[in-house]
Amino acid sequence: MPSDAAAGPASRDIVIEILRYRSETDQKPVPQAYRVPFTDDMSVLQGLQYIKDHLDGTLSFRWSCRMAICGSCGMMIGGEPKLACMTFLRDYYPGPLTVEPLKHFPIERDLVVTVGGFVKKIESIYPYLIPKTLRRLDEGEYLQTPSQLAQYEPFSDCINCMLCYAACPQFGENPDFIGPGAMALLQRYNGDSRDGAQAKRMEIVHADNGAWSCTAVGHCSDVCPKQVDPANAVNQNKTNSAVDFFLRFLRRPSDSPLGASDGGAP
Amino acid sequence: MTLLGGATPRLHSTYREKVRTVNLIEVDVAIVGGGGAGLRAAIAAAEVDSGLKIALISKVYPMRSHTVAAEGGSAGVLQASDSLEDHFHDTVAGGDWLCDQDVVDYFVAHCTEEMMQLEHWGCPWSRKPDGHVNVRAFGGMKIERTWFAADKSGFHILHTLFQTSIKYPSIRRLDEYFCVDLIVEEGRCRGVVAIEIATGEFALVAAKAVIIATGGAGRVFLQNTNGGIVTGDGMALAFRHGVPLRDMEFMQYHPTCMPGTGLLFTEAGRGEGGILTNRDGYRYLQDYGLGPPDPWPRNKAMELGPRDRISQAFWHEERKGRTITTPHGAAVHLDLRQLGARKLRERLPQICELAEHFLGIDPAQRPIPVRPAVHYTMGGILVNIETASPLPGLFAAGECASAGIHGANRLGSNSLSELVVFGKMAGITAAAYARSVVAAPIATLERQAQDVERRILSLLVADGGSECPAVLRDEMAQSMEAGCGIYRLGTEMQATCDTIATLKERYRRLRLDDRSRVWNTEWLAVIELGYQLDVAEAIAHSAINRRESRGAHQRLDGLDARDDASFLKHTLAHYRPDGPPRIDYAPVTITRSPPGRRAYGAEGERIEQTGKEASHAV
Repeated sequence: MPSDAAAGPASRDIVIEILRYRSETDQKPVPQAYRVPFTDDMSVLQGLQYIKDHLDGTLSFRWSCRMAICGSCGMMIGGEPKLACMTFLRDYYPGPLTVEPLKHFPIERDLVVTVGGFVKKIESIYPYLIPKTLRRLDEGEYLQTPSQLAQYEPFSDCINCMLCYAACPQFGENPDFIGPGAMALLQRYNGDSRDGAQAKRMEIVHADNGAWSCTAVGHCSDVCPKQVDPANAVNQNKTNSAVDFFLRFLRRPSDSPLGASDGGAP
Repeated sequence: MTLLGGATPRLHSTYREKVRTVNLIEVDVAIVGGGGAGLRAAIAAAEVDSGLKIALISKVYPMRSHTVAAEGGSAGVLQASDSLEDHFHDTVAGGDWLCDQDVVDYFVAHCTEEMMQLEHWGCPWSRKPDGHVNVRAFGGMKIERTWFAADKSGFHILHTLFQTSIKYPSIRRLDEYFCVDLIVEEGRCRGVVAIEIATGEFALVAAKAVIIATGGAGRVFLQNTNGGIVTGDGMALAFRHGVPLRDMEFMQYHPTCMPGTGLLFTEAGRGEGGILTNRDGYRYLQDYGLGPPDPWPRNKAMELGPRDRISQAFWHEERKGRTITTPHGAAVHLDLRQLGARKLRERLPQICELAEHFLGIDPAQRPIPVRPAVHYTMGGILVNIETASPLPGLFAAGECASAGIHGANRLGSNSLSELVVFGKMAGITAAAYARSVVAAPIATLERQAQDVERRILSLLVADGGSECPAVLRDEMAQSMEAGCGIYRLGTEMQATCDTIATLKERYRRLRLDDRSRVWNTEWLAVIELGYQLDVAEAIAHSAINRRESRGAHQRLDGLDARDDASFLKHTLAHYRPDGPPRIDYAPVTITRSPPGRRAYGAEGERIEQTGKEASHAV
């Protein structure tokens, strides 16, 4: 896939040390160093593109939009989970800068990790609107005030880059933990005034690999490039889960108070 | 069977024996591309006929598709004072009368219900205080009719569609499968061959109907707003199988992009009240038929003119020496300061993030340097109003298709609506078609698939080449920029045509560093480069043959006026394996808007007033 236009005259060099792994030939991942000329406005992604175009065509990594919205280029940069497109080489000068695949995920090759497990988690949480009241298209939109929108909107900004999983010690220990990103998406729908399936999703929150597996370290929110604050989503779910658990003794689960708390479509 | 890019690299002697039976996946409808159009098509097909098996094939996980990067919003008549008639006329005049008006009529009539459908599926559209959906102003649109989710409209539409698609068990996703060819048997499209990227293994997806929804081809140009995946794959595949590419000369330059990288600063910035100024702080658009500058904001005037006109004005400013200089070339200022920090954060958070992270600029404090960059491919795979291509069994929707609604210049916010309106149409039409045909014998399709596998593997194992794929790619992009830019000359377009022909020749002698199968992105990039060279050639030859100026195709070599007598017609580029495409033409469907003078600002208002008085007088 083609790289960006050349970034103008190079001013400095930095050594980028990349963890390489080619399953067809390598026994285990090994670091490989490249010297890359860069200008102050060059991202780490542009550095990787330079390597692929000019130094070593065998380096593999995912990327696309270059503007921190497609979520493809998450990797460990200088030991921290970052998006390569919005991390800049100048901040790591004089280097060397280490670039490694996202922590806690199986490596498929070089900087490419397995995404399928994360997507399965997303698929498991009923990640779509299950309306409280059915409405035909010709009846117009479900009304939702700006403050009702604000209840869930930050959680809807998740770009599925998985940096939060690479930062999550619990996910590192237990790959089945539902994890911060999927929990944020769950809260995105549970917090939506149009949705009526909170009770259904609470089963996932209660489950062994649900919200209670979280040990409240909070690194997930620190590394989130879109200020989604997944730790807050997990916390809200813990609170909701506790309330829900308590109320189960008093009424049927389908009467969960969580849907009602934000008010329905006016 | 056509050859990839007309190229036949020498086969490695041992590989013929190694080819074995490809993995077989049998479905009713195969959709290539998991962006907005592909997802909407998949959902529509699943809803209309739950018994159909649907494969959604995408070279990236669907939420990475480039729909994700659309910012400003999606058009659909909503206000009581708006009308379908106005949306129709804005679109047709915006396209410089090269739109098919019957298709535009269908389009505008279905935008709003599709926006509403997205709302019902959970899309977090921005709201008015009373809870109703809000709409904003956009370039070339007479009234506010652009639905928006802050300035991440494409992101939210894509994620809403992706997440909604999970509801349907009949949609089988083949994520990170890269499509390398179509299977055409006895004149009908019967499936596709794809590489599973994680293993490098080939799969035959046998299907009764195929929908292409692979997006545009903006990466054939140097400075562009597009993601790396936007390489014209589906366009090239259809083209090579004899389907014409229509109106490919019309490439849209978006006027407000980051110098160097081309990253997009949405038109919504101007819709919300932002202005463009040159080095003297002067709102230069008033010198190019878009003024007067006040009152502001004002629809269809100044910074809310259409994209082609605003990009052309930049070109003139640069030649007059009135632009500012950046390390990545000339620029003008996008000044959003008058919006204030609070509105900027609420309405344009993504723009603020881009300016801050990539340029170190707080848009509330300082103007942003911007310049035009290639943004959108107006042309594409020839399809009719039902998204059917001339090849039976092959359908196309979204940016890869030319349904006929954009003409010579697309209006901002019409393309997101197009994804869902025609994505849905493609799903329904392809589903009905799939029910109407019987499956082809698998053995025949497998034989074809094995041929495809052998040909694609030959790229990987060819010996003796010396050409570097990245060098060819960059030379192509530079040449397209030089010859097929905002303003064009016959001599320069000819030079680009010649360069592309040379590059296609050099493509036969590539040298790959990587001969492995697992996640070999160099191999995939080489296949994409083959697609790009074919699409680039269609663009350049379509451009040089259009001997007039219209919309985004502007010539300086004495052909600087629109010529309806000779060129009120669609360009069709037909693939030829051994040379440049053959170009011919097809009529434009004009139903009720005869070609008129295209004007904006005060002049546009005067023409509209005269038209109204004339119609009252009748």
